[in-house]
Amino acid sequence: MVNYRHGQLDRTFAALVDPTRRAILARLEREQSATVSDLAKPFAIKLPAVMKHLDVLDEARLIVRSKQGRTVTVRLRPEPIKQAMDWLSRYERFWSKSFDRLATYVERKEAEARRRER
Amino acid sequence: MTSLTLVRRIKARPSIVFEALTTSEGITSWWGPDAGPALLAELDVRVGGRYRVRFRMLDGSEHESAGEYLEIVPNKRLVMTSQWTVGGEPEEAGNISRLEFHLEPIDIGTKLTLTHAQLKTEASCVSHERGWTGALDKLMHRFSLASAGDHGERG
Repeated sequence: MVNYRHGQLDRTFAALVDPTRRAILARLEREQSATVSDLAKPFAIKLPAVMKHLDVLDEARLIVRSKQGRTVTVRLRPEPIKQAMDWLSRYERFWSKSFDRLATYVERKEAEARRRER
Repeated sequence: MTSLTLVRRIKARPSIVFEALTTSEGITSWWGPDAGPALLAELDVRVGGRYRVRFRMLDGSEHESAGEYLEIVPNKRLVMTSQWTVGGEPEEAGNISRLEFHLEPIDIGTKLTLTHAQLKTEASCVSHERGWTGALDKLMHRFSLASAGDHGERG
């Protein structure tokens, strides 16, 4: 279970590296669901290339695809995004606040050192 | 790898910043997200040595983390593992991070870069279906900042 989730966070971030995949996810967040051909339209790349990006997103468990007749509909899976967000938020807050305090502390130390050096 | 990078430009020379990262007096002066006190900082600063830091937040909750020093280059680099603990025991199996502090001399003092990378994820997992709208947007905003290498930078 732990290993699975470890892999999940890494897969989420790896999938987000690519700007086309980020654009696809952003659109799915806005529109809930879209067909594969709709998703391909805004991009200057061919359908097979879009399909490959969808494969990566699918393997990362960020989307779910369902087929009805000839139409494939794509939807977002919110959990991995939420999980990645929680991870970032938790540590970003901790370090950002701690670094504020660190800066205040060492800048005081620096001023003291300069006074001694004069 | 899942990671978070913060860059801060600080008006103090690298040796002073390094001291703040590697002495109990230094660590207890800043470690922790609010003005609550640091209660303990035991540091055995050598490669393979361990450290333990405990702080209390203003809400009264106490938090402790511990880890091992992996790399120490005075005034330049400090790498260690980090894990939340309770009474010296790991809080949640499998939650280990790698902290990498990099110090670079700049005209005003020091450019401090921290990379916090996850080695194993937390055993606790939140899976809200509702209330997540906008999270993706925020994540991608942060992520593109992080990719640009200046995530969380302050002047």
